[in-house]
Amino acid sequence: MTVRKNQASLTADEKRRFVAAVLELKRSGRYDAFVTTHNAFIVGDTDNGERTGHRSPSFLPWHRRFLLEFERALQSVDPSVALPYWNWSADRSARASLWAPDFLGGTGRSLDGRVMDGPFAAATGNWPLNVRVDGRTYLRRSLGTGVRELPTPAEVDSVLAMATYDMAPWNSGSDGFRNHLEGWRGVNLHNRVHVWVGGQMATGVSPNDPVFWLHHAYIDKLWAQWQRRHPASGYLPTGGTPDVVDRDERMKPWNDTSPADLLDHTAHYTFDTD
Amino acid sequence: MPELSRRRALTAAAALAAAAGATTVTAAGSASAVTTAGPAAAGAHDHGLPEPFDEVYKGRRIQGRAAAGGGHHHGGGHGDGYAVFVDGVELHVMRNADGTWISVVSHYAPVADPRAAARAAVDELQGARLVPFPAN
Repeated sequence: MTVRKNQASLTADEKRRFVAAVLELKRSGRYDAFVTTHNAFIVGDTDNGERTGHRSPSFLPWHRRFLLEFERALQSVDPSVALPYWNWSADRSARASLWAPDFLGGTGRSLDGRVMDGPFAAATGNWPLNVRVDGRTYLRRSLGTGVRELPTPAEVDSVLAMATYDMAPWNSGSDGFRNHLEGWRGVNLHNRVHVWVGGQMATGVSPNDPVFWLHHAYIDKLWAQWQRRHPASGYLPTGGTPDVVDRDERMKPWNDTSPADLLDHTAHYTFDTD
Repeated sequence: MPELSRRRALTAAAALAAAAGATTVTAAGSASAVTTAGPAAAGAHDHGLPEPFDEVYKGRRIQGRAAAGGGHHHGGGHGDGYAVFVDGVELHVMRNADGTWISVVSHYAPVADPRAAARAAVDELQGARLVPFPAN
């Protein structure tokens, strides 16, 4: 059974294996297919039209499935690998071990945002950016400049306290847990972390930065924590909603799974701690 | 909308002149754009378009105007009928339910209007050329 661990507690060997598996997916071309899929949804999901991956109730189950696909791809390279998560409310500075050269590498240089160390630095030749929105082919970051502070534990807690999963109009204008976690409203959790990292993480092709997976693995964990805290609250809406994925409706691009099928993460993995 | 200053109005007028009749912005359209540019306004069903713009920002030409084809470009109408260009290459933009805007190079940080999204894109690009979308 896959156990997703806090990135801060990974051993040197676990980090090495995770990095090697990611690099192998990149080398084989499988990695870039994930970036392409994400960008297609992010530009296709609109507040007044069909919306599946973002700005909608299915933001959480869609990313849960997307991460499962990626984790299975990693495991096809190395069965011992699981997706780690980044608790950005705890490891909240550019000095966190997450950004060390033996893991994801650090922030970009000021001249052009280019990441200069770690296994994903352009100079290694192992991390070309092929799916992109501009001409730059190197991984960029600007940790803590787009926005100064990552969300605090108190801010996370204030969102976990929201008892209703989601509300009409089921988009970026909604009240409720999902949209506050996604960040279009309120203290802003998920969106703000993308902006804090900067570089490609702030764009539609954000999975170009491997921290994308660690960020979303933590967003996914917060969904699980919310479920435990509000056992009487379920996924909404439950039927008949135009342009929105209802609880038992199948999700693109897989067309074989509904949000209902993805509510219980323990069918696929567990976490190291609650 | 304190920013609807003389300068902004002049810029809009200049852009209209530059567009040479490619688009028609009525007085009502402009007024609607003003009221929907802020986060508090209007909401999902107001299709008033923001005013066009055309300026050089940090050495690059940014333009915004009503999209050709009534906003159904690329089958999605993502910009709700509004298109933004950086040095002539279209920048994918999207309007949020609260009237704020984002672009594909700054997708998680809403700003007040399409011109702010274009300027944010120029900041982010640091001189790099935009890849016409859909990428790849």
